[in-house]
Amino acid sequence: MNQYQLTKLAKRVGFYALIAVVMVYAIFPFYYAVITSLKPSSDLFRVDFWLSTVDFGNYVQIFTQKSFVRAILNSIIVSLSVVFIALLLGITASYALGRVRFRGRTTVMLVILGVSMFPQVAVLSGLFEVIRGLGLYNNPAGLILSYTIFTLPFTVWVLTTFMKQLPMELEEAAIMDGATPWVTITKVFLPLMWPAMATTGLLAFIAAWNEFLFALTFTLTDDQRTVPVAIALISGGSQHELPWGPIMAASVTVTVPLVILVMIFQRRIVSGLTAGAVKG
Amino acid sequence: MGHLTLTGIGKDYDGVEVSRDIDLSIEDGEFVVFVGPSGCGKSTLLRMIAGLEEISRGEMCLDGERLNETPPQERDIGMVFQSYALYPHMTVAENMAFGLKLAHADKAEIKQRVEAAAHTLQLSPLLDRRPKALSGGQRQRVAIGRTLVKQPRVFLFDEPLSNLDASLRVEMRVQLAELHRRLGATMVYVTHDQVEAMTLADRIVLLSSGRIAQVGAPLTLYHFPESLEVAAFIGSPRINTLPVTVIDPGKRRTGVRLPNGETLPVAVDGSRLTEGDTATLGIRAEDFVTPDTADALLQGRLGVAERLGYETLAHIDVDGVEGTVTQRLDRLACLEPRQALTLGLSGEQCHLFDAEGQACPRQVEIPGIAR
Repeated sequence: MNQYQLTKLAKRVGFYALIAVVMVYAIFPFYYAVITSLKPSSDLFRVDFWLSTVDFGNYVQIFTQKSFVRAILNSIIVSLSVVFIALLLGITASYALGRVRFRGRTTVMLVILGVSMFPQVAVLSGLFEVIRGLGLYNNPAGLILSYTIFTLPFTVWVLTTFMKQLPMELEEAAIMDGATPWVTITKVFLPLMWPAMATTGLLAFIAAWNEFLFALTFTLTDDQRTVPVAIALISGGSQHELPWGPIMAASVTVTVPLVILVMIFQRRIVSGLTAGAVKG
Repeated sequence: MGHLTLTGIGKDYDGVEVSRDIDLSIEDGEFVVFVGPSGCGKSTLLRMIAGLEEISRGEMCLDGERLNETPPQERDIGMVFQSYALYPHMTVAENMAFGLKLAHADKAEIKQRVEAAAHTLQLSPLLDRRPKALSGGQRQRVAIGRTLVKQPRVFLFDEPLSNLDASLRVEMRVQLAELHRRLGATMVYVTHDQVEAMTLADRIVLLSSGRIAQVGAPLTLYHFPESLEVAAFIGSPRINTLPVTVIDPGKRRTGVRLPNGETLPVAVDGSRLTEGDTATLGIRAEDFVTPDTADALLQGRLGVAERLGYETLAHIDVDGVEGTVTQRLDRLACLEPRQALTLGLSGEQCHLFDAEGQACPRQVEIPGIAR
């Protein structure tokens, strides 16, 4: 083996070593959560990197709690509603912003972008008043409303960039065919915008699914809570004991659906996110 | 019926005038081609007829009915787009049926019309394909078919062949002419390609900076251009132009002095010119005559010879003339590099334009070509 081949080999080894480091860095916390959730509570504080026995006790425990199952249901309802509303409003708004020429279009776009830059805490107290005023306190509808406020700017921006790229002549052809704007959007544009919609929809879903601050603030009772709050409030036998096993089991339970969703849509996410940037 | 009249049509974009004083009457069944350099407003005019652009001034009527305020889909006008604009997620049949479906036409009627259009355009075997599985020419035919099924009174074409490669363009051109002959419908066609204009048109409308420069049969525009602009746009290679001085304005013959000092009696009515005016002499590449029958001669040397197979174009450097003069020669013409050539000019074959570029009316008759 000569010098050249050696360097080549060393480079290759280094490359895969680097990948391994990144993988461990990214995956280890989640891996450790999975392991912990499958241990009986007696083994909890023995450091193990491999699973010797599998114990589903923690899972049984959380799923027999009615409040946790209820929280999952709440999360599903809230997240799906947010996705649906955000996409519906996003598509129609992006048609207006991407296709209709009107005065102040850029201003509207910038305001939309600006809104999404405020940290959640900044609007928390104001939003609390709004939600109480609307009588939505301790109600999933209040969460849907507040999540939509934060999801919509992103949705509108991505969909607008995508909408602008659809050829103008396509819309004109639809006009010549006698299509109203609504028919143009639903029959001509929607089928072409699936990648962008899958991307934005999924990101909206993840945001709503994982949101904690609003969910904690705007709900009061167990049967209105969403999953992140429910997990945080899982308590042990005494106030000095943190029930790591059930917490990990609950976390894994709510993360796995997301992982599966992302895997299903991963191709679309990539094509959707780059579609706005590069012509292709 | 499809009798389209435009009266005083004009278009402003935010105060900038892009089109003005368009007066045009298009007869039923006529094939009219809008042609002109890019930016001359031909597409804008077509889009105003379609209803995709608002008409700022003037009136547009179809069979006597004012259409200015009628939305595009109610105008009974169909349009074929340059980029085809097919719906990518629909099959050929669905693409063609879309407009009829939106108009709530009867299902059997839709099927029958789509099949008839597909048959006309030889698309029958492709009805279940998606646009991405079609070639450029096939896509173009689907775009035409989509308009055809609606059986509009007027067909509009916006540079429909410009996305096709050269050989396909010739083929589609013939098919379009054939289609027009069969349907007998009114067609308005926009192109910047003068060959398409010359071959397809019953009448050419030559537009220039937003107004009509000349309207007429293709050969009328070729032989009797009303301005230097028209003469320069129609015909390839471009018409040769020489700066000349008027020495003897007359009703039947106008004498001019060539750059090399020779005089040439041009067969035009130059009575509005005065002695000493500068003017432009126009002569097409094929209109040079042999020296022994010529009224005046030009001496020059061969610059570049382009041998096209069916003809030879000689680009000649003539003394006292800027640029080159192009002569169309026989396909087998023997030419040496830098060979000395004599060009014969005949007063019958030349055009004369005044300093503003307006043509002096030619005083020759060409059989079969109306003025």
